[in-house]
Amino acid sequence: MAYRWGMAVDIDKCTGCEACVVACHAENNIPTVSAQQASRGRAMHWIRVERYYEGNFPDVKVKFRPVLCQQCDNAPCEAVCPTYAAHHNEDGLNAQVYNRCIGTRYCANACTYNVRFFNFFNPEWPKPLHLQLNPDVSVREVGVMEKCTFCVQRIKAAKTAAKAENKTVADGTLQPACAQACPTSAIVFGDLNDPNSRVARLATSPRGSKLLEDLGAEPKITYLAKQPWHEQDSY
Amino acid sequence: MIRPVMNTTVWFWAIMLAAGTVVACGAGAWAYQLWYGIGVSGKRWPSFWALYLTNFVFWIGISHAGTLISAILRLVNAGWRRPVTRVAEVITVFALMIGAMFPIIHLGRPWLAFWLFPYPSDREIWPNFRSPLAWDFFAINTYLTGSVLFLLLPMIPDFALIRDKATGWRKKVYGSLALGWRGTTKQWNRLESAMQIMAIAILPVAVSVHTIVSFDFSMANVPMWHSTIFGPYFVAGAIFSGIAALIIAMAALRKALHLEQYLLPLHFENLGKLLLLMSILWGYFVFNERLTVWYGNEHHEMAVFWATQRGEYAPFYWTMVICNFVLPIALLSNPYTRNIIGCVVASLGVVVGMWLERFLIVVPSLSYKALPYSWGTYTPTPVELMIMAATFAAMILLYALFAKLVPIIAIWEMKAGDFVQAPRSGVGAGDPHRIAAAAEPSSPGAAS
Repeated sequence: MAYRWGMAVDIDKCTGCEACVVACHAENNIPTVSAQQASRGRAMHWIRVERYYEGNFPDVKVKFRPVLCQQCDNAPCEAVCPTYAAHHNEDGLNAQVYNRCIGTRYCANACTYNVRFFNFFNPEWPKPLHLQLNPDVSVREVGVMEKCTFCVQRIKAAKTAAKAENKTVADGTLQPACAQACPTSAIVFGDLNDPNSRVARLATSPRGSKLLEDLGAEPKITYLAKQPWHEQDSY
Repeated sequence: MIRPVMNTTVWFWAIMLAAGTVVACGAGAWAYQLWYGIGVSGKRWPSFWALYLTNFVFWIGISHAGTLISAILRLVNAGWRRPVTRVAEVITVFALMIGAMFPIIHLGRPWLAFWLFPYPSDREIWPNFRSPLAWDFFAINTYLTGSVLFLLLPMIPDFALIRDKATGWRKKVYGSLALGWRGTTKQWNRLESAMQIMAIAILPVAVSVHTIVSFDFSMANVPMWHSTIFGPYFVAGAIFSGIAALIIAMAALRKALHLEQYLLPLHFENLGKLLLLMSILWGYFVFNERLTVWYGNEHHEMAVFWATQRGEYAPFYWTMVICNFVLPIALLSNPYTRNIIGCVVASLGVVVGMWLERFLIVVPSLSYKALPYSWGTYTPTPVELMIMAATFAAMILLYALFAKLVPIIAIWEMKAGDFVQAPRSGVGAGDPHRIAAAAEPSSPGAAS
């Protein structure tokens, strides 16, 4: 059976430490930008931790929500790409072919979650970060869009290794950099087509919800949080 | 009328130099952007589309001046159209050429723009026909081809006229442009029917072009883009700004080429009335769009709504309302101010207002998408402003060049019009044979 990769993010467990952001940058060769460029909206974080505040000072509660590409089943970014750079692959991922991208940036506009990033300039890394590029991931040139791939290079490697042994990828043996780096294990990754995988079970949890679900993009990431109507229960 | 073709004034060179300098600076700005990347513009996360796409929509809108208006006036056989048609058709062709540049300037990797062509490649990949940008590509190319034909066809008899009057190199050049026109009845009949076919064919094309441009926005599920009104709203706005551009161009030509006896106050008055009508129609569309959003009170859309109504984009919004609605209605509904100056002032207002309208459609929606965390404000950079200024200069440059090389008023149509206005008894006024005879630029023997 084909894979259908999905994720569950427990925002009750998220401490907002942003280890996932750093791990993602390191794994996926995401360029860093200067503080000045970042203030002009050119920072590229395939995963970001959104902070929302409740209440007034000094009685403030902060909520963290890691937001990355939701790998939508009904992805608005794919239909609008005139060159098929954004397309759906056989594992249900929203794949981005960098070499096919001409930079219309239409996908980024259509994306409800604003998780697509544009290479406004050629990529740069402050020394010595330029020495730690991941050889499994291509470096993107100026003028192309990029976004979270669910660490597709790791998925490919795991699938190849499993196929060599005539098996399927076992649940828990494969995880993207963000999930691997998360100190509280708030991020769970796996195959939604395998009903016994952790992520498939979490996807049907009553604590689960999808981000901006009403807009109909059918995202594959489930956010887990204690809901007000769960006060009596102990999930 | 063919005097500017034969003689060159100092003014012509002055305009060429001034506009040419600005265009060259714009080309330099684009080269700078090509070298360093789109980052030299103000575009950012989340405002990935901004000034270039604003100008794209604006110029495609201006292009509805010509072909559409002149085709309608031709089809309803409005006699006063005759000195106006070519002035309008030229705007269309040049505005389309300029407008079609912007999606390419705007690309991250413009050197790969040819991937939008459905050409047979060894990778066997075609453009994605589900993408509104691919629709745009075909719509704009169809419209450009159609409007170039629509402009060139009625120029043939005038080229023949210049060929017969000119000597030296001009005779050779215009002789080849005239395509062997000899003014025979058969040729006139063919020209008439070709113009009739083109006038009918160009109307649905023109309407579809701006509808498809509006689809670039309304197809995406972005607050205040995803609206069913966008198609007609864009087409109405396009005709609106097109008429304004036409009035400005006519006034400028009238002064510069001393065409006072051809471009009469009547023409400005009639176009002024059309502009007034479009202003009211535009106001009606904006009212509809705004009221439904406000009453529906959907919170993603309300963020954009308030940003334009009383937030950071409000100064632009209210300037737009004054320029597009208050000013034209005040000036053009009053017969005392519906004169040449009044029409030109209203038109200048409309051009500014319609540019702001395009800006307010493109930018605020992207600044206020669904997730509040990702809100951000766009500010243009000098590179973008320079390229934008260069396109306005390019319009002036191309227009001046055209008015220099081709009679800007269709001479044969004017002659045909004189004939129609004073028909001889017993003969149908619209008889093509009689028009042909009256307007014949050369005797068959003199040609070739």
